[in-house]
Parts: sequence; structure tokens; C-alpha cells
Amino acid sequence: MNDNDVINVENQHEQLGLSDGQVIDMYRYMLLARKFDERNLLLQRAGKINFHVSGVGQETAQVAAAFALDREKDYFLPYYRDYGFVLAVGMTPRELMLSAFAKAEDPNSGGRQMPGHFGSKRLRIVTGSSPVTTQVPHAVGFALAAKMKKQDFVSFVTFGEGSSNQGDFHEGCNFAGVHKLPVILMCENNQYAISVPMHKQISGKISDRALGYGFPGIRVDGNDALEVYRVVKEARERAIRGEGPTLIEAMMYRLSPHSTSDNDLAYRTQEEVDENWKKDGVARMKSYLIRLGIWDEDKDADLVVQLNMEIKEATEYADRAPFPKPEDTLLHVYASAEEEKSWQ
Amino acid sequence: MAVMEYIDAIRLAMKEEMERDENVFILGEDVGVKGGVFTTTKGLMDQFGEERVMDTPLAESAIAGVAIGAAMYGMKPIAEMQYSDFMLPATNQIISEAAKIRYRSNNDWNCPIVVRAPIGGGIFGGLYHSQCPESIFFGTPGLKIVAPYSAYDAKGLLKAAIRDPDPVLFFENKKCYKLIKEDVPLDDYIVPLGVANVLREGDDITVIGYSMPLHFCMQAAEELEKEMGITAHVLDLRTLQPLDRNAILESVRKTGKVLIVHEDNKTGGIGAEVSAIISEECLYDLDAPIMRLCSPDVPAMPISPPMEKFYMLTKDKVKEAMIHLANY
Repeated sequence: MNDNDVINVENQHEQLGLSDGQVIDMYRYMLLARKFDERNLLLQRAGKINFHVSGVGQETAQVAAAFALDREKDYFLPYYRDYGFVLAVGMTPRELMLSAFAKAEDPNSGGRQMPGHFGSKRLRIVTGSSPVTTQVPHAVGFALAAKMKKQDFVSFVTFGEGSSNQGDFHEGCNFAGVHKLPVILMCENNQYAISVPMHKQISGKISDRALGYGFPGIRVDGNDALEVYRVVKEARERAIRGEGPTLIEAMMYRLSPHSTSDNDLAYRTQEEVDENWKKDGVARMKSYLIRLGIWDEDKDADLVVQLNMEIKEATEYADRAPFPKPEDTLLHVYASAEEEKSWQ
Repeated sequence: MAVMEYIDAIRLAMKEEMERDENVFILGEDVGVKGGVFTTTKGLMDQFGEERVMDTPLAESAIAGVAIGAAMYGMKPIAEMQYSDFMLPATNQIISEAAKIRYRSNNDWNCPIVVRAPIGGGIFGGLYHSQCPESIFFGTPGLKIVAPYSAYDAKGLLKAAIRDPDPVLFFENKKCYKLIKEDVPLDDYIVPLGVANVLREGDDITVIGYSMPLHFCMQAAEELEKEMGITAHVLDLRTLQPLDRNAILESVRKTGKVLIVHEDNKTGGIGAEVSAIISEECLYDLDAPIMRLCSPDVPAMPISPPMEKFYMLTKDKVKEAMIHLANY
């Protein structure tokens, strides 16, 4: 594509208060997450890391949501596919690679947890587990603290459509609704709970469930970054005004298998996957930027080189980094004696 | 110093800690306007307001999970489970989340919650208002578990639990609530977690227990000394996790004969672990096999009075077991 190919499209981001630089930055994080994901898959196949759980197909909504939040104040409770999200709120590829390699310096867990189990107090990313949706009541607890301490932050929590069937989702929503708490719940509806398709998980719309809890539920195209940004931003404004929670159902498609231990073609067809690649939000964002004339293929190629370099450096660093000491397995079950004393 | 009931001591501990630290708050079912189904939180909403003494929706996993979230922010929630029988919906939040937050985050986050739950039977509560579920949580590293027998300890241990940086399960005995009445200091004191307490010195047999059954043990011990000249050494574990191993071993070595007493089921109960510790560490100091007196291994206590009586420990049952051990 050259400059003559630029089609005059409507600028949709300006009216949302986003500068050209910000939308390009958004695209950069989406692509970084995509490249990071692809590299992890290769590393697992090469036997360098044990496991990878993918977020391919979900980066658009993740990054857009992060941009709509206050990344200096808000508390984040991501789920295991949220590479795009955590990168956009400040975690570095090096930090994520340290987690993938289970190295001592991993800020998420010091090499204790599987990759995708994010956590960083510095970045206000709240530590998570594997039993799904337990983080929803935690997010409500952070929002309760915001209300009690009169702080102007919100909590933002994500989960899949499968896990929205867990009791903790419903209990958390109800609690948040009763107390009108500043929490944003975003379901990343990728249409599969491992192998079980959406129609075997839910018979209605997840966004409609909000009605029963007394707050708005909004379904949005998760491949449309600017729409997700708008919806999350409005949800945040409502929360800060004291108007309570919002449930957002971002529609997307899990383009890769569930994890490196999964063969997705055992339960879905290649045709279905190929069809959904055509809707990929990362490609859509790139096309939007190019059609607006603020991006081009040369810049894109440069960006890919730069991101690959960043990921390569992160991989090499993590590969060389020391493992935790075996006996450190025994640390941090309880507070140290000094910490305990300081609390008394 | 004032004479007060066990339940008043628990309430006083919460009141004092809420006055001392504005981050301490209570959440649970019926804790606010009603003041708790047992009156444990009576009057606290009037003093601290409905936000800090919060009536929650009836959903135990949310009570625990919301408390965990608030605690990770820096609050110090006291989550009340109306009956320990009803806390199982919150078990995933307690075991998978609260217990592992510090460990899984490599010491980055911590979770200073207290979960209070009434245990024990003898109140015609039937299967689901009488249970002692401590063995469900026991053996989960990352949790601390406390079960006071006296009003003094109830106040001091609860205050220590509230000030602890890690999650603490506080099992209060509902039979003790009104039955136990004693002097409790009105000033600020704590009873440290993890430290057992010798209730009575003796030379002939050692009795180890916690919570309500210790009252039977103490009564039986008095009678045995008067009637038969048998002196019993009685150790209150107070904290079930982490166990005070040294105190256990010291008390066993004193007499060489040990009886472990608790109301929770025998199989897989705390007594099994205490017994294993003794076997591992001081088998050759024993002059008799380790004995346990616990509730029978049935799912839970029936409501019908003769069945409840059959199930429950009593002073006479404890006394009989103590005589049996002393004569061994």
C-alpha cells in the first residue's frame, strides 16, 4: 500500500478523546501481545518452556480496555489469557518471559505459578489462581475498599464466558449491585470453554445477566478496539460517579487452541477458525490506522522488527536468568517474624 | 476486669479493634441491624455504622471473597459465617485463595482476613447447626486456625487474629457463648497465636484438647484429684494451626500418658496429627498408648435429644477415659 491508497475514512478515535499517538500505541500493545504469544508457542514446542495458554484473538479488547482505565490508580484482576491487558498496564515482555521460564526474578510469582497467572502489587495487578472466577469477588472487595476509603479508583476484572457460570461470578455481581460498587466486569466471550462451545455453556446472553443484578450489561464487538474503549471508559465514568458496576460482554473468538496441551481441531473445524481470522481485531486496527493515513506498511514492518527484537531480548534474558533456589519452596507460607511483629 | 460471657469477650475484642483501627470492619449475614443471630455483633452497628458492620447478601463465597479482595487492598475484614456448617461454599475462597495469596505471589500480596465461625453442638442444632469443621481446613498451610475455650482467650486471640498479616480462621464455640462467664480484662491485651496454654499442672496423665470439651476435662480433673488422687496435666492447644509442637511434647513428657479430646470426628481430626507428632518425637517417653476421645465417625450430630446426648462429649465420658488412661 502506498499513500495513494489511503481511503478517506472517518476518524473515530478523536471524538473518544484519543490522539493519533494513543491509538498507534494501542495497536503497538496488541501486536506486542500477539508476537509474545506466538513466541511462547514456539518456545513450548521447542521444549524451552513447559506450557503456554494463549490469548490470540483477544488482544484487541484487552488492550482497548486497559487504555480506558486509569493505569495509575485502578486495580486490575485479569484472567489467564490477558497478556495484552497486563502488557498495556505496564508489565514488560521480560517480566512475562521470566514467568514463562519459571525463573526466580518473575515478579508475578517468583516462578511458582503457571504462566498466565498474573500479579504485581507495583502495577496493581492482583494475584490470581487457576480455579476460575474466584477473582470476581476479590474485585468487588477492592471496589468496596474504594467506597469505604472514599478513593477514586475502580477495579476491573475479566473472565471467560465459561467461567461466568461459576457461583462466584453471580455472588460477586449481586454483592456489587447491592452496594453500587465501582467495579467493571468484562467477560471475554471467546466462544469456547476449552472444548465446550458457547451454546453448551449458556442459553442466553451474558450481558443480560446484569439486569438481574440491577446494573447495566453491554455487549460489544471485542474486535472493535474503539468500541471496547468507549464502553469501558463510560463504565469507568459511571463507577467513579458512584453509579455502580457495569458488566461488559466483549464478543471475540479464541483463534488458537486452549493451551499447548490442546488439539482444538478435535472439537472445531479449520474452516470455522479461518472464518474468524478474517475478523481479527489486530488486523482491523492496523487497517483503520492505515486507511486514516497515520500508519503504513513500512512503519508496520519496522514495528514488527522492533517488537520481535524486544521479545528476543526478553527470551534470552529469561532463559539465562537463574531458577529459584530449590529450598525457597519453603518461603512465604506466612509472614516473616519481623512482618508479623510490625502488624501487632 | 469485668465478669463477662465468652460471647461478650468476642464482641469486646471486635469493638476495641474497630476503635483502634479504622480499617477493621465486619461483614456477614445478619451482623448489622440484628447484631448477629447469637448477638455477637450486637450494638456494633450503632457505634460504627452500617458500612463497617455490614449486612451482606446471603452468599458465603462472596462474604469470604469480597473480604479477601478488601484485605488485599489493605483493609482488615472480619468475615462472619453464621454457622461453621454454612462456610463450605466459601471453602474454595479460603483454601484456594486466602491461604495461597502470599505464597503464590512470592510475598508480594498478603491477605489479612479473619473468618469467624461458630462451631460445636449441644444446642439441638441437628446436623447442620452443630458441626466442627476444623479438620476440613486443618492441614492447609497458609491458614492459621484458632479455637478458644475461655472468654479471656477468646478476646485476646481474636485481637491477635485481627492484627495478624495472614488469614486466620477463628472457630468460636457456640455452646461456650453463654455458658462461660469469667473475669476478662477491659484493657488492651492479646493472646499470641501459635502458643498453647497449660490449664492445669498434674503428674499422672496429660490431657490435650481445645474449645468446649476442655471444660469437661477440667471438671473431670478436679473430681479425679479429690476422689482418686489422680492429677491431670491439661494442655489447651488454643491455636490449631500452627500447632505448638514444643508445648505438646513437653506436656506429654511430663506424665508419659496422653489423652487427646475434641468434638470433631475422630478420623482425620486434629487429634490424629497431635498423636502423630507425639509418636514421631517422643514415643519412648510414653507409658501407655496414645488415647483419643472424640465424636463418633458419623456425618454429623442428630437433633433428637438422646442421640445428641450420645454424640456429645460430657464430663463423665471424659472422666471415664481419664481413669482408663491413669489405670493403664
